[in-house]
Amino acid sequence: MECNGFNSPRSDTFPAGLRVLVVDDDPTWLKILEKMLKKCSYEVTTCGLAREALDLLRERKDGFDIVISDVNMPDMDGFKLLENMGLEMDLPVIMMSVDGETSRVMKGVQHGACDYLLKPIRMKELRNIWQHVFRKRVHEVRDIESHDGFEEIQIMRNVSDQYDDIYLHNGGDLTSGKKRKDVENKLDNKDFGDPSSLKKARVVWTVDLHQKFVKAVNQIGFDKVGPKKILDLMNVPWLTRENVASHLQKYRLYLCRLQKENDIKASFGGIKQADLSPKHTAGKFGLHNSINIQQDDAANGHFGTSDNKIPPHNIDHKIHEAELKGIVSMSMTKPKKAQIVNIPEPQKLSSSGTGLSHSWGSLEPDPKYAAFDSTLTMQYSWRDIQYQEYKPHLQLENGFRHLPLPAIQNHIQVNTLRPVPSTNTIPFNKERDKPSPIEIQPSGAKCRSQQIRQVAPTGNAFDLLSAQSESSMTNFHTSSPPASATFSMKNQGIDRISVTDLESNKGNLIQEIGEAFACIDEDLTASCFQGDCCSINLGFQNIAEVSPYLYDALKFDYENPCDSLEYPVIIDQGLFIA
Amino acid sequence: MDTTHLQRQAAFVRKNLFDQGYLDEQFIQLEELQDDANPNFVEEIVTLFYNDSARLIRNIELALENSPPDFARLDDSMHQFKGSSSSIGAKKVKKECTQFQEYCNAANAQGCIRTFQQVKQELVILRRKLETYFQLARQTA
Repeated sequence: MECNGFNSPRSDTFPAGLRVLVVDDDPTWLKILEKMLKKCSYEVTTCGLAREALDLLRERKDGFDIVISDVNMPDMDGFKLLENMGLEMDLPVIMMSVDGETSRVMKGVQHGACDYLLKPIRMKELRNIWQHVFRKRVHEVRDIESHDGFEEIQIMRNVSDQYDDIYLHNGGDLTSGKKRKDVENKLDNKDFGDPSSLKKARVVWTVDLHQKFVKAVNQIGFDKVGPKKILDLMNVPWLTRENVASHLQKYRLYLCRLQKENDIKASFGGIKQADLSPKHTAGKFGLHNSINIQQDDAANGHFGTSDNKIPPHNIDHKIHEAELKGIVSMSMTKPKKAQIVNIPEPQKLSSSGTGLSHSWGSLEPDPKYAAFDSTLTMQYSWRDIQYQEYKPHLQLENGFRHLPLPAIQNHIQVNTLRPVPSTNTIPFNKERDKPSPIEIQPSGAKCRSQQIRQVAPTGNAFDLLSAQSESSMTNFHTSSPPASATFSMKNQGIDRISVTDLESNKGNLIQEIGEAFACIDEDLTASCFQGDCCSINLGFQNIAEVSPYLYDALKFDYENPCDSLEYPVIIDQGLFIA
Repeated sequence: MDTTHLQRQAAFVRKNLFDQGYLDEQFIQLEELQDDANPNFVEEIVTLFYNDSARLIRNIELALENSPPDFARLDDSMHQFKGSSSSIGAKKVKKECTQFQEYCNAANAQGCIRTFQQVKQELVILRRKLETYFQLARQTA
């Protein structure tokens, strides 16, 4: 329908002028919603098909602020549409449905809906949809602030420092100085822009904080855990959901690594841990991984013995981090430099396997590492084969001390993967706020017969009603003039017509009616018998409801409620045309 | 007929529609949307609904022709129709739709067929009543 200018400045009058896209296959609802939204002073665009909506959204990338869509669309599953809209366009999407079943609502939320409205929708519900747009904007700002630049650094520090602190009971921050320097190098390379972003407050996962975190996780139950829940339970006001999310990923990795340690020892099954990599939210690992991917492509040929079953989406997931795109492209142009910079990062250690095994020996053996020695040796010897081309770096020695083992292993896994272009399908990770884009799979399951949609409605209405009258139980009545006096004027003419018709077909009609009622009679009788042993009480009730009405009709002695049946088809046509 | 009388008539018919459970709150929502920009909004919506309902009713009829019917498909089609009838606040129609869906869930073909008749009936009744009402309302406008 209408598409007003979508770049009009709206900030002064927000939420007025909010650009809403409404998607619903029901034309009646579409019109109602359009009117409602217009009354809220929103700019409305309507769409009757899911595909049309997606096309429209793609055409006008920034043309809409929010999408409201019905769950049941004929050409595409509403939930799928929802996912695509949310992911591709990163727009807040509100779902609508007649069905308010909890499971459906839950599904909607799981697929990313920011709200779920039940039809019939009230206008007041629509008035407030602007909050979703507003909320998203606020979160975006927060995200940008947290991800841009400093979080990378923060993570690098955290990964080595905090994991050491927490999991390996290591203290100290010996390499932080070195890291800072490397980080700055990286910043220079990556051109992060405003270096002052480094000075923003960063989240330091102290032992205390982590304890709270773990407590919350255990309370919720590891299977049901999610960043939001944890955040709520932790009750740390300055902590953001993003912080928790990234920490949760690390925690998961750590636990998984512990769990699968035996596997690693038994075989070159380290690759299994790559399953964990998609869970990196901030993409910090992705950053490094992506760089290594470029470098390791050549090395992939060596992986004859490894289990290369990692689905490509693992990398894809990381690459898709918006904030990383620039980084990836940068790393592609300057792989060597990036490598050097990254080497001190724990993740990067794997890329110089040869060096590692050498420097490993040269390091003062830390008691805490003793337990992992065998694992490490195995890991690195494996990697030796693959990464022979990579030279060891002196920086490694320092970096080694604070090797977070989970990180290494994960990183290694990723290295085995080849870079994948961005268009692959990715499974939906429920923990993430912004899952990776998902390829649209049209589901034919819900396709309605398109022909029917195209048929002229008026013609059908007539056919329908006449057919209906013939087959319906209480239909043509040959007696009684209309009861309502107000109809006298207009109805007289029609009265004549219908009566004439009736009279001419009287014989047939009576027969028909007789037959119809006979059927009903049998029906009722049969049902009554069935009703006794019928497990469905409703059926019985229905009969009870129906029968008085029927019998009234049978007697041809009906009150006002049956008025309308007198002149079913002809009047309808007449009046509605007017 | 003088306007006052017609107005009262219109009001009476309207009140009846609500009292007798033919219409629910949604209809009032539609009335509230009616304004100078769309002075006949409610009637337009009702017309739109009835025109579109033919298609949906046809879908259900087609689905019912199979024996045994595809209950999932029936339920789906009826769900669509129910959603549509909720748009004008067709309370009794909706009730029958729900009944129909329950029969679908129970895979009761006979129940479905019977209830479907009810649905169509209620549709016709409501249409008639609304026509009466709109006629009156127009005359009093």
